[in-house]
Amino acid sequence: MVDNNLLSLIIFAPLAGAAINWFIGRRLRNERFIGLVACGSVGISTILAFYFAFKSDGALRSVQPVMDHLWTWIQVGSFRADFGLAMDRLSGIYVLFITFVGLLIHIFATGYMHGDSGYYRFFAYLNLFMFAMLTLILGDNFLLMFVGWEGVGLCSYLLIGYYIDKEEAAPAAKKAFIANRVGDWGFVLGIMLIFFLTAAKGQASISFFDKPAQGVISALQIIGQMDPESFALGTLWAGGITSVAILLFIGATGKSAQIPLFVWLPDAMAGPTPVSALIHAATMVTAGVYMVVRCSAIFTHAPTAMFIVAIIGAATALFAATIGLAQNDIKKVLAYSTISQLGYMFMACGVGAFVAAIFHVMTHAFFKAQLFLGSGSVIHGMHHEQDMRRMGNLRKYMPITWLTMCAGWLAICGVPIWAGFFSKDEILWKVWSANTPGMPPGAAKALWFVGAVTALLTAVYMTRLMVMTFWGKERFGAGHSDEAHHQAEHDGHSPEASASHDPHTPHESPLSMTIPLIVLAVLSTVGGLVGVPYALSSLAGGHPENYFEEVLSPAVSHVRSPGAGENGEAEVHLLTPKPEPVDGKPALAPAPASEPAEAHDPHEISQERLLALISVMIALTGIGIGWFLFQRQPLMQMPRLLENKYYVDEVYDATVINPILVTSREGLWKFFDIGVIDGIIHTVGGAVVRFGQTIRYMQIGFVRGYAAIILAGALIIIGYFAYAGANVLKSFVR
Amino acid sequence: MTPQLSWYLALSAVLFTIGVVGVILKRNVISMFMCIELMLNAVNLTFVAFSSFFRDVQGQLFVFIVMTVAAAEAAVGLGIIIAIFRTRESLDVDDASTLKL
Repeated sequence: MVDNNLLSLIIFAPLAGAAINWFIGRRLRNERFIGLVACGSVGISTILAFYFAFKSDGALRSVQPVMDHLWTWIQVGSFRADFGLAMDRLSGIYVLFITFVGLLIHIFATGYMHGDSGYYRFFAYLNLFMFAMLTLILGDNFLLMFVGWEGVGLCSYLLIGYYIDKEEAAPAAKKAFIANRVGDWGFVLGIMLIFFLTAAKGQASISFFDKPAQGVISALQIIGQMDPESFALGTLWAGGITSVAILLFIGATGKSAQIPLFVWLPDAMAGPTPVSALIHAATMVTAGVYMVVRCSAIFTHAPTAMFIVAIIGAATALFAATIGLAQNDIKKVLAYSTISQLGYMFMACGVGAFVAAIFHVMTHAFFKAQLFLGSGSVIHGMHHEQDMRRMGNLRKYMPITWLTMCAGWLAICGVPIWAGFFSKDEILWKVWSANTPGMPPGAAKALWFVGAVTALLTAVYMTRLMVMTFWGKERFGAGHSDEAHHQAEHDGHSPEASASHDPHTPHESPLSMTIPLIVLAVLSTVGGLVGVPYALSSLAGGHPENYFEEVLSPAVSHVRSPGAGENGEAEVHLLTPKPEPVDGKPALAPAPASEPAEAHDPHEISQERLLALISVMIALTGIGIGWFLFQRQPLMQMPRLLENKYYVDEVYDATVINPILVTSREGLWKFFDIGVIDGIIHTVGGAVVRFGQTIRYMQIGFVRGYAAIILAGALIIIGYFAYAGANVLKSFVR
Repeated sequence: MTPQLSWYLALSAVLFTIGVVGVILKRNVISMFMCIELMLNAVNLTFVAFSSFFRDVQGQLFVFIVMTVAAAEAAVGLGIIIAIFRTRESLDVDDASTLKL
C-alpha cells in the first residue's frame, strides 16, 4: 500500500475552486477570473491524477492502490468507516478520464456560458460536482462513496435547474432528484445488508480495501470468500449476496438511468449543454457502472442478479435506441443515446465482462462528451436553437464543429479505428461468448442479438442527427411560419450575439469551444487503441496485448466459469490484493487466474473476428440506412409511438405519480392532516374554550364578590374539619 | 367571677363575624379595610386567650407575627386605596370593577 497525502488534493482542489468562485467570484463578476479558477482547480486535479496513475509505483503500474487516510469518520468497535481515499486501477482509470474530460468541458464552458448572468454560480456548481464525483470514485468505502453519490445528485439537481427562467428546468431538476432518491433507497439498503453480511462473518466492514494499519478487512474480500449463491429467483429476497447485488443495482439504475428509472435523464437536458456533456453523459451517469464493477466480487457471487443486470441493460439499450430514433431535439437524441450506451455497459457487467464495460465507459466518455459539446457548439452557433428540423447544412458555417462531430459520430456507430468500435465490439463478443453459471441456454445469443439490433439503431439515429444537422438544405432561414416569433425570443435571449451577427446566420464557435472539441475528437478517434483485443491486434501484428484489459483485469473479479474447477479457486480476490503479513510487500502475482482464460483458442479467435466483422457490417448498414433515408427526407415523420417515447412518462404519471399525488392530497392532506391531526387539536382547543366560557362567570369583577367566594371556600373547609373532628371526637367518646 | 376561656373565644367569634360581614357588605374601601383589621385582631385575641390558658408563650409570638403582617398589609393596602382614589375619585369598591368581564 502506498500512502500519499497529495491524493486528497485531487478532490479538494475543485472544492476550493467552488468556494472561491462562490464567495469571491460572485463579488468580482469577472468571467476571466472565474473561468481561470474553475479550469485551474480542475487542471490541478488532472495533473495530480496523471501523476498518481503513471508514476513508477502509481495506481496503474502497481497492483497496490495508492491510499490516503485523511481522518477517521466513524468507529464503533472493530467497525470503521474512514474518510480515506484510494486509487487503484479501476478508480485510477475513472479519475483519469473524469478529470481530463472534465477539464476540457470546463474550458468549453467558459466559451459557452459567456455573457450569462450566473457565470460564477455555474462554475461553482460545476467545480462542486467535480469534487463530489471524485469523492465518489476515490472513496475507499461504501459510505464515503455514498457521500459522493449524493453529492453528484445534488450538483446534478442544481445544474439541471440552472436556467431559473426556463419553464421546464425546475420540474426536470426535481424529477432527476426524485428518481435518484428511489435508486438511493436501494443503495443504502444494500450497504446495510453488506454490513450485516460481513458482521455475520465476524468482521463488520464496508470498506473496499484491506487496510492493515487500521485493522480493516475489505468487505468485498469477505464476501468474495463466501460461497456463490445459486441461480434461483428466491435468492433475490433471501437477504444474501444476491439481495445485496440487486439492491446495489437498484441504486445503479437510478444514477445511471436504466429501466425503470431512466425517465429523468432526457428531461435533464434542460440544463446547460456543458452540464449535459459532463454530468449526463461522460461522468455521473457512469457512476452506476463504476459501482457495479467495484462490487464485481459481490455480483459474481450472485448469478441471478447478474442475469437481471444483463437483461435490464439489454432492454434499456434497445428501448432507448428506438426512442432516440424519433426525437427532434438534438440534445434529446444524445440523451437517449446515452441511456442506450449505458444499457450496453450494464449488459456487459451482467455477463461478467467488467473490463469491457469500463472500456466502454471510457470511450463513451470521449465520444459522447465530444458529441454533446459539438451539439452545444451547434446550439451556440444557432443562437440557442435545439430543434434539428430548423438546422441543416451547418457544415458550411461551422466546419470545425462538423468535422469533430464526425469523429464522435463514427465512434459511436462503431466504425473501425474509432474508439467506439473496439469497446462496443468487445462487449458484443463478451456477450456472445458469455458463460456465466445458471444463465439459461441461448440467453447469451439473445442478448447479443439485442445488442446487435441496438448497434444498428444507434448507427441509424446518429446518422439521422448528423444528416439533419450538417447536411441537406438550410432550414433556419425565413421560410417558417413561426420564425418571427422564434426570432424575437432569441433576440431577447442574447442581445449581444444578435447585435454582432446576422441572427439568421449560424457562426462557428470561439476557440475556447473548438479546442476541447478537437481534443475530444482526437481521443474519440484513437482512444480505443488502448484496448484492442488480441483477435484483432494479432491481425496487424504489432503489440499483441490488450493493454486496457491487462491493466484492469486484476482489479475486478471474474466469473467462475462452470468448467474451470481448479482454476476457479484462485479467482475472486484480486480486488484487494492480499497483503503478505510479513513486510507488506505486494504478494500478488499479477493476475494468475486471468491467464488461462486468455489462452487464445484459435477457434474462439476466428469467432471473435467474425463477430467483429459482423459489427462493422451492422455499423455500416446502419449508417447507410440513415444516410439514404434522411438525406432524401430529413424531416421524415417518425412513428408517433416513438416520438412520444412510448408514453412512458404518461404511464408513470398515471400509475405512480398520480396515485401518490392523489393519495397525498386527498388522503394525507385533506383527510389525515386536516381531518385527524387538525381535528384533534381543534377539538381539544374548543373544549378548553367552552370550559373557560362556562366558568368565566365566577370572575364577576367586584371585590366583594371575591370576598364572598373566599368566605364560602373557608366555610367549606372549616365545615369539613368540623365534621371530621366531630367524628373523631365520637370515636374517642365511644 | 373570673373570666373563662370561653368568654374570650365568644368575643373573638363575634368580632370575627362582624369583620366578615363587614367585608362582604360594606362598599367603602376604608370600612372594608377596618373590617379586615377587625378579623385579624379577633384571631389575635384567640391566640392570646389560648396562650394564657395553656401557659404557652407560642400564642403570643404568633400575635406579634400577625401584627407585623397586619402593619405591612395596612401600609400596602392604604397605598392602593390612595391610588384608587386618585384615579377614580371614589372609595366605592363597586366602582373599581375593571376586571369585570
